[in-house]
Amino acid sequence: MATNTRSLDKVTLLDWYRQIVLIRQFENRCDELYHEKKITGVYLHLYSGHEAVGVGAVAALGEGDHVLTGYRDHGIALARGVDAKPLMAEMMGKRTGVSGGKGGSMHLASRAHNFWGGYAIVAGHLSLATGIAFKERYMGTENVVLCLMGDGATNNGYFHESLNLSAVWNLPVVWLIENNFIGMGTRIEDSSGQPELVKRAVAYGMKQGPRVDGQNVIEVHEAISEAVAYARKKGPVLVEALTYRYKGHGVSDKQYDAREDLKRELDDWQAHKDPINILKNQLLAGFDGIEAELAKIDTEVHEIVEESVRYAEASPVPTYEDLIRHIYVE
Amino acid sequence: MTEKNVPMREALRAALIEEMERDETVFVMGEEVGSWQGTHRVTRGLLEMFGERRVKDTPISELVIAGAAVGAAMAGLRPVAEIMTINFAFLSIDAIINHAAKVHYMFNGQFKVPLVIRAASGWGNQATATHSHTPEPIFAHFPGLYVACPSNAYDAKGMLKTAIRDDNPVLFTESIALYSKPSLIPDDEYLIPVGKSDVKRQGEHVTLVSYARGVEWSLEAAAMLAKEGIEAEVVDLRWLRPLDLEPVFESFKKTNRCVVVEESLPHFSFGSEIAAQLQEAAFDYMDAPIKRVSAMDVPLPYAKEIELMALPNAQKVVDAVKEIVY
Repeated sequence: MATNTRSLDKVTLLDWYRQIVLIRQFENRCDELYHEKKITGVYLHLYSGHEAVGVGAVAALGEGDHVLTGYRDHGIALARGVDAKPLMAEMMGKRTGVSGGKGGSMHLASRAHNFWGGYAIVAGHLSLATGIAFKERYMGTENVVLCLMGDGATNNGYFHESLNLSAVWNLPVVWLIENNFIGMGTRIEDSSGQPELVKRAVAYGMKQGPRVDGQNVIEVHEAISEAVAYARKKGPVLVEALTYRYKGHGVSDKQYDAREDLKRELDDWQAHKDPINILKNQLLAGFDGIEAELAKIDTEVHEIVEESVRYAEASPVPTYEDLIRHIYVE
Repeated sequence: MTEKNVPMREALRAALIEEMERDETVFVMGEEVGSWQGTHRVTRGLLEMFGERRVKDTPISELVIAGAAVGAAMAGLRPVAEIMTINFAFLSIDAIINHAAKVHYMFNGQFKVPLVIRAASGWGNQATATHSHTPEPIFAHFPGLYVACPSNAYDAKGMLKTAIRDDNPVLFTESIALYSKPSLIPDDEYLIPVGKSDVKRQGEHVTLVSYARGVEWSLEAAAMLAKEGIEAEVVDLRWLRPLDLEPVFESFKKTNRCVVVEESLPHFSFGSEIAAQLQEAAFDYMDAPIKRVSAMDVPLPYAKEIELMALPNAQKVVDAVKEIVY
């Protein structure tokens, strides 16, 4: 696996660094706002710890390609280039939010970015990904669907039926499992007969992609670039990225306070496998005198996030007209 | 204008062919829709006419049949997905309720779902407990989804064509017992609008409200009652969503009596909803309790004698009418 930064240009790597830091800071700010009761929704699943997976994978797509994910969706929206302001406004349930304040944290989408959304029924979006990919085949176009999911999404019927149909119909889908080893509170060993999830590809006669280090954005990008190229010309691929969630299942997850083993595991990932540190070290090793540029990005991103908070706070709430609008296409 | 007597399965088939010829984004998918020629023969010949690109056989995977159809619709196609019988739609229900019916609203109008899910519905022929459901009212519970339940071949054709052209998701149910029953169908194209009910028979003594197969029993009952001097008005709702109750209210203001006739179960039912809405809208016009004729509150058994005992029919409608027309 090429982790040599010299094979990639500095501009690209700095862009990924910017995105990863943006997601981290955005999520930290969401966490604060939740505890300040400014984000009041009951569900808030932060992407902290996963950043390199989303950024590396989405960077492998073209503009015409499509992205879907589950409920841990903030980072994917940001990686796809959706502006932080309407995303933060959605967190606060504002009319200016990407989903008009009607979707909330788990239902971010931007049609203009071919970001088809975060979906909160575990694995439900896999079936939609299959249908979107079918449309590409039907029209004879070559766009690809990237469908991200957690390890918890691999054990219900949606996973089986969607992956099988994608293989039977030979659809251009990259199935990407973000394996953080725990689905809500259940460990992977207790939920999956085959915890090496990428091996599931064999059952569907589908191309088995790699099991990559999800904390290394360069590795993720390389693996997904290959997978995307395969899907575009041939058919579905299953890839697994190993990662870790820093903020629990959702912000209300209390198990890390109560369990020493989980706390140690989390500390270990943060200390040794943090995606920001890994990329930073790659950049420092690869490019002399880059510290100042990284510090500048950190500051700029901070301002982007603060601006998004100001925008969201100043935005109006939805109205009665919004409540009753879009139930049906008018 | 010439017209022909056409059974409902052929009327539906004609609707599919006409819409597929008219719009290249319309395609058919489902279990056995292609080389098997359709379990109910509604898709007979379509594979030969339109090819494998537009007539997609699927594995026995009801969840992804519905879910992939939702995705394809969001992406701009007009899928007509067949769920072989509505009993299997319980396996699809998350894709239908949580996705088809919700994505337009939840993402603030960014995505449309111009989808039709066709499902054969109903009992008879000793199909037993798991294969004898008529759960249309369950699906009609949820905003965001239309539910179409034609009562005859003529309506079925016009309603299916409308459903395919509509930008909203439609669950389109087809009573198995009606597939072979013909209507006079004109050669010229016609459409039946979404959410318009239809008065199938005029009468001044009692209002019978129904949909799908219940309309047949209602009309049969009306003919029996007419011999005894009781004239029943029969309102066919055609769509359970959008629900058009205006003709029911109008009729009730004239007859002051109502029997709701449904193929489905009585508990939390279609009949309950109609009765509730009627008493709210027309309480001052009510001369007798609103009666409901439905299936008995039991799972359907195998043996013919007790299966039929559990099910509604025209005689039960007649009996119910006589309880309130005096």
